[in-house]
Amino acid sequence: MRLSPLVRTAVIAAAVALTATVAACGNQANLGSSGAAPSVAQGATFEAGTTMATLQTAGTLKVGTKFDQPLFGLKGLDGNPVGFDVEIAKIVAAKLGIPADKITFTETPSKIREDVIVNKQVDMVVATYTINDARRQKISFAGPYYVAGQDLMVKADNTAITGPDTLKAANARVCSVSGSTPAKNIAKYVDAANIVLFDVYSKCADALRNGQVEVVTTDNVILSGLVDSSKGAFKLVGKTFTKEPYGIGITKGDVKFCEFINKTLTESVADGSYAAAWSGTAGKVQGAVPPLPTADACS
Amino acid sequence: MDALIAEFPRFVGGFFGTLRLCLFTAIGSLFLGTILATFRVSPVPPLRFLGLAWVTVFRNSPLVVALFLFAFGLPQVGITFPTFGGNAFFWPGVTALTCYTAAFVCEAVRSGINSVPPGQAEAARAVGLTFQQTLGTVVLPQALRTVVPPLGSVIIAMIKNSAIVGAFGVTGELFSVDAENTALGYSALSSLTGVAIAYLVITIPAGIALGVIERKIEVKR
Repeated sequence: MRLSPLVRTAVIAAAVALTATVAACGNQANLGSSGAAPSVAQGATFEAGTTMATLQTAGTLKVGTKFDQPLFGLKGLDGNPVGFDVEIAKIVAAKLGIPADKITFTETPSKIREDVIVNKQVDMVVATYTINDARRQKISFAGPYYVAGQDLMVKADNTAITGPDTLKAANARVCSVSGSTPAKNIAKYVDAANIVLFDVYSKCADALRNGQVEVVTTDNVILSGLVDSSKGAFKLVGKTFTKEPYGIGITKGDVKFCEFINKTLTESVADGSYAAAWSGTAGKVQGAVPPLPTADACS
Repeated sequence: MDALIAEFPRFVGGFFGTLRLCLFTAIGSLFLGTILATFRVSPVPPLRFLGLAWVTVFRNSPLVVALFLFAFGLPQVGITFPTFGGNAFFWPGVTALTCYTAAFVCEAVRSGINSVPPGQAEAARAVGLTFQQTLGTVVLPQALRTVVPPLGSVIIAMIKNSAIVGAFGVTGELFSVDAENTALGYSALSSLTGVAIAYLVITIPAGIALGVIERKIEVKR
């Protein structure tokens, strides 16, 4: 194909411009998803033989998180999860010298969280993971990095229910997820016959919309996601009546890794990356940055 | 195995929950499925169409869609089910599973009806029996003998499908037991092993019983 010099110049210029545009778009996308990315630690050194040293050498981190939890871990259109849990994982990875794109996120629904840690399929689990003693039998927790609390969600026009103590008087049917901690907690406040249990909260939202139940109960963060997507149909009662400390699940007895994560969390408050992680995700619905809870002793 | 030993009463409870769910569904779907099969071979075109439409819709769509329809869709248009022991989602679950399983029962029974030589029905009509009498006293009794093995497979598949109903608000069946165990901190593997054993306790005797029935009613030649 023969082209006149003028046309050839134009074609080359167009090609260059196009490449530049594509590259710029690529950059834009990166900036968008990791706008508040913590700076990756360079040349950090760790005691040989520790989990941190192993991970730093490997240069990758395998993290279990939820893929279906809005604001905490929700798989986006590009296939990567986004949310507060994901940002916390990025903060920890950054301190290990691992950039965000070297983190492999694995979906860990509540059921399999202990198993994936025990089987070493992931290095840590950050998945709205409430710290409790039963779980501590099998794994260790770092953190907590956030304290959620059980709350109630009702239809936006409901004024009869103002807290867990008003449920009996209203003879309200309450929906939660079978086997969950919130389902156990709410049993104190309502008759067993008025508890409706599904496998996921989205079905509870359907039941609430249909008037098949009057209340949905679980952690306020999960409810916030549902309120957020209900387009004003639901509201939070706003009286948390439990404390659910969310921890980072790691291999049982890995005290040094636990202490490292706790130190990283404390530092992330000081350098502002914790606040940035919150504001970009859960803070969009929940508002002000919560104080970092005092870390539990590592064991 | 820790979950199986420590939470044995819970498994027993779930076992009976699943058994109850399956008994209602088995009775309902065998009854409904046989009626649908007679519709499909009926000389009345609207009945044939109804049978065909039912099979087409329920056999070709996922069970969860039927469950969603009965648990959430119908209440949205004002159709509600009575509660069962205080649980508003038991009957929607049973109904959805029944409608779904009936489509498979219908096709099994219809294959049985087709296996009866046409001469039988022709002879019955020739001696003056009506269509209903022909079907009820001549064709169906012979047809049901041949459909016991495929019906057994349909019923066992239904028992396993009942696990999905547990995700739609039917508490106290085996899969919600698994969810509770996992929440208590037992590993999903040990809990699911217990669930699998409990299912076997239902399905293996069901298979043996079907074998016995098959031998009892077979035509001695």
